[in-house]
Amino acid sequence: MLEVRGLSVRYGDALAVEGLDLSVADDEVVCVLGPSGSGKTTLLRAIAGLEPIAAGAVLRDGVDLADVSPHRRGLGFMFQEHALFPHRDVIGNVAFGLRMHRLPKDQVTARAHEVLALVGLDGFERRSVRELSGGERQRVALARALAPEPRLLMLDEPLGALDRALRDDLARELRHLFERLGVAVLLVTHDHDEAFALGDRVAVVHAGRIEQIGTPADVWRRPATEFVARFLGWNVTDSLGAGRAAVRPDALRIVANDTLAGTLTSTWEGTVLERAFHRDHFLVRVALSGGNETLDVAIHDAEPPTIGDTVRLAVDADGLVPLLD
Amino acid sequence: MRRVAFWAIPVAFLGFFFVYPVVTIIGRGLWPGGHLDLSPVGGVITDPSLRGILWFTVWQAAVSTVLTLLVALPAAFVIARLQFRGRALVRALMTVPFVLPTVVVASSFRALGFGPSTTAILLAHVFFNVAVVVRTVGGLWSHLDPRQEDAARVLGATRLRVFTSITLPALRPAILAAASIVYLFCFTSFGVILILGGPSRATLETEIFRQATQLNLETAAALSIAQLLATVAMLVVAGRLQGRSDVAMDLQPVTDTARAVRGRGDRGLLIGVLVSAAALLGTPIAVLVVRSFDTAHGFGFDFYRALSTLRADSVLFVPPVEAIGNSLLYATAATVIALLVGGPAAFAVARSRRGGALDVGLALPLGVSAVMVGFGFLIAFDPPVDLRSSWVLVPIAHALVAIPFVVRIAVPVIRAIDPRLREAAAVLGASPRTIWREVDLPVAARGLMVGAGFAFAISLGEFGATAFIARPDRPTLPVVIFRLLGQPGAQNFGAAMAASTILVALTVAAMLGIERLRAGELGAF
Repeated sequence: MLEVRGLSVRYGDALAVEGLDLSVADDEVVCVLGPSGSGKTTLLRAIAGLEPIAAGAVLRDGVDLADVSPHRRGLGFMFQEHALFPHRDVIGNVAFGLRMHRLPKDQVTARAHEVLALVGLDGFERRSVRELSGGERQRVALARALAPEPRLLMLDEPLGALDRALRDDLARELRHLFERLGVAVLLVTHDHDEAFALGDRVAVVHAGRIEQIGTPADVWRRPATEFVARFLGWNVTDSLGAGRAAVRPDALRIVANDTLAGTLTSTWEGTVLERAFHRDHFLVRVALSGGNETLDVAIHDAEPPTIGDTVRLAVDADGLVPLLD
Repeated sequence: MRRVAFWAIPVAFLGFFFVYPVVTIIGRGLWPGGHLDLSPVGGVITDPSLRGILWFTVWQAAVSTVLTLLVALPAAFVIARLQFRGRALVRALMTVPFVLPTVVVASSFRALGFGPSTTAILLAHVFFNVAVVVRTVGGLWSHLDPRQEDAARVLGATRLRVFTSITLPALRPAILAAASIVYLFCFTSFGVILILGGPSRATLETEIFRQATQLNLETAAALSIAQLLATVAMLVVAGRLQGRSDVAMDLQPVTDTARAVRGRGDRGLLIGVLVSAAALLGTPIAVLVVRSFDTAHGFGFDFYRALSTLRADSVLFVPPVEAIGNSLLYATAATVIALLVGGPAAFAVARSRRGGALDVGLALPLGVSAVMVGFGFLIAFDPPVDLRSSWVLVPIAHALVAIPFVVRIAVPVIRAIDPRLREAAAVLGASPRTIWREVDLPVAARGLMVGAGFAFAISLGEFGATAFIARPDRPTLPVVIFRLLGQPGAQNFGAAMAASTILVALTVAAMLGIERLRAGELGAF
């Protein structure tokens, strides 16, 4: 469906996207995950033809889109902050793309109603977009992008400005919608949960390059680079006897001094520096003795140690991943 | 392609209807007999009577400006910084005089019983320009962080010291800007001087008019050149002064810095400002309306009825009532022209890097004075370019004065259009042309409509240029009022009051239309 080859986009002197390769198959949902400033939005804008390309190519079904202007690319794009037309009502926004494709008037209206129903906004047709809530605006933006039945839908931080409960609901709805429509989706976000929940594949980007791409389970269980590991909240350390490695905070355990024998191969001693409560667990930062490294340890059940305590750490082998870079 | 059109229309309009007439004036003044002769222009300095006129022009403008600042600064403080019931209404009412036609203001001071006098001129100028200072200075004042003043107080400064060393320096740019605008308006004031000054008090503007109507075109041209030099010099000085005091300030963007009225000082100031505002701003208009009904035999519509007849001894060629139709026709035409020229100009100014130059160019007719526009039309569109008999000249002159307002109002609206809206439209399949039609134009339309309302009101009240070019059989309301006021007799005076009241009503209606559009805009983008 979509293929991006060696794409570079220049912003002034800097490259916002640098030699990036990515493909999206028909029916596939690819989530691009990265911190702000990593070039996610620029990537979408370049694919849509809104940003000039410094090098590389964007292909749709094998055809280079270099000479195709944005309004002829036939892509769906849901903008961050939505960019709804303030001077049109809800149905005016949703019908816009259909009118641009010169559909007969009755078909425009019928399809617009259909899409509004799809996103759960029946009855909102004549409402002004200015009086909608954040969640409603998000749905209008989605309906507007979906209405012309694009084969590729691109979404820029679709759940960005919404509060937590609403995000979870809408993420679930989005997932159902993608399955039902069978549309290829390229979604960018800074939120792990969103990317892992929605994507068939997740691409972690950093400084305009893809650091790692794979299924959510792959990326989550085996971060390939130090950046990906840290971005996902893993510890990166040289002190655990496995060379440079990433270790998940909940793969580290605090063990009592006298249970050493037998099951565990080795343990490490350290001092508790910080302790913070995180809803269903405590996160304890431990400074390893004899070095200047610190490790974050997640403690789910046991009573956490207090600051200044000396503790002994053990590691579960399946939570330790050697890093290549 | 479209970008070129956006530039071409305003540039061509400005070139043909402003630059060409001004060049013609300069030619008349400097090459009177076909060869260069500086003596007519030099005469403005050497001729004692012309020198007196120049001096009076400068003097009255300076005194008017100082008086306006003295009256308006306390008012600006009260409106910017004190919370009281009806604050929004008072602010709106204070702006009303500025949009009133000069002829109406002059005739309402006549209604108050002022004969031709310098006092009347100065008061009328204050009446007009209080709004400029209250808006400009008050606008900045309400955005100054009051905590700076609190900090100074805590550090041991007296209230007076706080004002002179903290508040006043912060307000300096706004005060300078307002003062230079007021000075310019008073320098080029026309209707007020003509009606309230009488024959013995002339300024450059009224003298240009007098010399031109007596067909001393060379003298009028020489005076125009002096006027042109003076206004350009003022614009340059004002720009310099403001540029120098452009310091970065901690402005409070959204929050209202107004505080509750506290202490005797605040209360006294509030009452003083409200009472004097009511007296200065309300009385003239109230008296004007009252006197339009106050006939020799009680209150009635006699003066209004008299507007529909042409008396044998009248100085008019048509019944005054026809002027209402003329004024509305001209105002409609001027509004259309102002939109057709100002709309593309606003897009050019908002969207291109060199837009600033066009913005300044379009503001020149306003700065240089309407009288010069009228005089320029008079001598430039003589044969071979004969347009003088065409009624279109009047709305074109009005449009020249109104276009800068249309542009200034529309440009921020156009600049505020989120570029992502256009991108969203493009991704949905809209071509660049369609984007312009479907996104830019509808969003900019409201700004343009507000500008159109101003253009309509400006055209209704325009007098300086109209006085030169309106044909005697097609006068506008301001021209009729001026003629009636120039004639003796209670009947003429009463008719002038009635015509002025009608003009006030039409202007207020136009402004209310604008306010409705503004209200609809609340909460938008």
